[in-house]
Amino acid sequence: MKYLRKYPFLGPLVAVVVVYAIFAIVAPGSFTRAENLTTMAGQTVVVGIAASGMTLVILLGGIDLSVGSNVALSTVVCALCMRAGAPAILAAAAAMASGLVAGLVNGALVTTLRITPFIVTLGTMRALRGLAKGLADEQKIDAPSSGIDALVAPLPPGYGWALFPPGVWIMLATSGLVAAMLVYTRGGRHIVAIGSNEATARLCGVRVERMKWLVYGLAGLFAGLAGVMEFSTLTVGDPTDSIGLELEVIAAVVIGGGSLAGGEGSVAGALFGALLMTVIRTGSTYLGIDNWVQDIVTGGIVVTAVALDRARRASEARR
Amino acid sequence: MSGLVARGVAKAYGATVALAGVDLEVHAGEVHALLGENGAGKSTLVKILAGAVRPDGGSLTLDGAPYAPKDPAAARAAGVRLVSQERALCPHMTVEENVLLGGEPTRMGVLRREEARAIAARALHAIDPSGAKKHRLRPDALVRDLGPGEQQLVEIARAITEPRCRLLLLDEPTSSLGADDVEALFKVITRLCEAGLAVVYISHHLDEIRRIGSRFTVIRDGRTAGTGRVAEATPADIVTMMAGRSIEDLYPRSPRVPGDVVLEARDLAGAGLPVRASFELRRGEVLGIAGLVGSGRTELLRAIFGLDRVRRGEVRVGAYVGPASPAARLAQGVGLLSEDRGGEGLALGLTIADNVTLSRLSGLGPRGFVAPSRMRTAAARFIEKLGIVCAGPDAPVSSLSGGNQQKVALARLLYHDVDVLLLDEPTRGVDVGARAAIYALIDRLACESNKAVLVVSSAAEELVGIADRVAVMHKGELGPARPVGELDVRAVMLEQAGAS
Repeated sequence: MKYLRKYPFLGPLVAVVVVYAIFAIVAPGSFTRAENLTTMAGQTVVVGIAASGMTLVILLGGIDLSVGSNVALSTVVCALCMRAGAPAILAAAAAMASGLVAGLVNGALVTTLRITPFIVTLGTMRALRGLAKGLADEQKIDAPSSGIDALVAPLPPGYGWALFPPGVWIMLATSGLVAAMLVYTRGGRHIVAIGSNEATARLCGVRVERMKWLVYGLAGLFAGLAGVMEFSTLTVGDPTDSIGLELEVIAAVVIGGGSLAGGEGSVAGALFGALLMTVIRTGSTYLGIDNWVQDIVTGGIVVTAVALDRARRASEARR
Repeated sequence: MSGLVARGVAKAYGATVALAGVDLEVHAGEVHALLGENGAGKSTLVKILAGAVRPDGGSLTLDGAPYAPKDPAAARAAGVRLVSQERALCPHMTVEENVLLGGEPTRMGVLRREEARAIAARALHAIDPSGAKKHRLRPDALVRDLGPGEQQLVEIARAITEPRCRLLLLDEPTSSLGADDVEALFKVITRLCEAGLAVVYISHHLDEIRRIGSRFTVIRDGRTAGTGRVAEATPADIVTMMAGRSIEDLYPRSPRVPGDVVLEARDLAGAGLPVRASFELRRGEVLGIAGLVGSGRTELLRAIFGLDRVRRGEVRVGAYVGPASPAARLAQGVGLLSEDRGGEGLALGLTIADNVTLSRLSGLGPRGFVAPSRMRTAAARFIEKLGIVCAGPDAPVSSLSGGNQQKVALARLLYHDVDVLLLDEPTRGVDVGARAAIYALIDRLACESNKAVLVVSSAAEELVGIADRVAVMHKGELGPARPVGELDVRAVMLEQAGAS
């Protein structure tokens, strides 16, 4: 109990281990093969990276519904650049830049117009989707994907020492950076403070508006990076991709201990939340469970995670 | 001169003049009491000093130099810190993080953990030099796990972390503290003053001012109404300055004739508090329940009203026995006035009419419908009856002063026409004038309307003033109710503290 409080990600970690163990017992033997672990990690990359940004937004007491559209936009930008002959690194940078700009727009609307983030990002969710469709001329964009496609593809023979594809390492690195920022920097503390009690933060001289800009901008940047990973899987730019992804990302953060009221959330927890959903999806596929059952199970897990967290807190308060 | 000097400070919000020219002089090393009724302009003045509000006119000097902070950060840099009435802490963060918030020592944005720890430890040592609270006020304890007194100390610790802190503004620091915590707070304040800090202390409690204040300034209607040394002024002088008139008899008492028992609790115990409580309440009487914050008074009322679970014992309302839901209690004619006016008692964003009629909308239109005009008529009746100062029944409750808000909350009980009124801290955060009106109302209810009134209060003086009988709650146990004739304020206070 004490540890759970200090390290809130332990809960979802245990859940991942337990669910994995259950599937390991009941699913066919191939589920536990190393390649499958690598595949599952690869499938978590998009949600995992976007969840880092979402954790910051939710810690701040906000929400970002535009993530899915932002990811789609990013795949389109990436594909357009690649088709125009830009090198992979430049295309990825352009995709991330588009995500950053979209995030900064969110931040600007939230801080200057003082509209609640739910409404602002509900609006930009549609607007960014429209922008992506317009840029892509309402079509999938075929583009050469050499360089970027290796990000989440299984490792080529001879590179087994890397354990995971580069995309997974990038996800771990960004999560690590964000987690470190929360603990070790002044800005990180101010984010938690704003989510915990915005009036107090302002009273204490925290530059609340600036922090909000920064956080929504970062969330957009991470959505852009997630879009690059998505392009790597799809190898096309698809303006109708990732519809509803934002809800999966929010679910990951919430399973990981995030509170939509702000002030609570864990980057590592969100990562395990994302992984948990992948494990359930993959395990169910191995068992031949229908997709609709997976949806119900995943939905149940989100509610159960929050209910368990509440019960734990109530029992702590009683003591 | 060292200290703060304010001359002719003015501030208007649209057509509403909050401050019309206030003078204030606070010397280094003194506790300066700032007094005035709610709405007199104390809070606005303090916010101006803290840089949260910019004045329209007047001049401020701090230690002889002009002082015009453009935001809280600038005020803080100049050494002025506000501890506001609302708790300004981040509940999810640790004591250390809260103490340092906004002033974290960093190198290129990265926290310097050693230095941070040292600053927090210094501040905690300053408020708790004996280490008596060391086990609670740990730097890594979460603020939401602390009691109200400790949270208050954390706020003060944060205020004094700044080495240049010269002026500390305390806005009603004791309003949610129990007696022990108040003592601890006073010790801290005294010590800080001895170290040369100037303190502005806002409070409604004259006894606190007499204990800790050296000089005082009274504000009335946005102007300075008087100033002087606390030791040279009687409470009557100060109250007269605050109200602009003398309050003759704060506690009216008409002859009361207790009737039948309408509410009875027998051996009542809640999930945590209360542990054991038995009492009888009759028509036409006022029963007072005294006790410290946290002794279980509020929980007793909540258990009776059906908001909290009853673990053991029995509640009898007239002929009804046993626990019931809040809706059933209202139907039985029992009404509760919450101690938490903003959080629970009133819907602050809604209008007076909405709030007054909230619990009984059924009579306001044909079956299932509510006619807004009838709501307004009903509310208007109580606005007049209770003298609620407002723009009309459609005014949002958030636009009213604390005293008038409380009258709206009471009006709901009267509109519902309950027979048993459970009043939890009916005068908390209410100024002297409105307090007198509430006391008179309670007296009328018991005497003329033959209602049964149960009043919970932390102010022993108030209970002895208005109640017929007083019972004291201590650590969840309710003592026997005794007629006020046999009691005095001192005895009640001793019993509250468990010293009898």
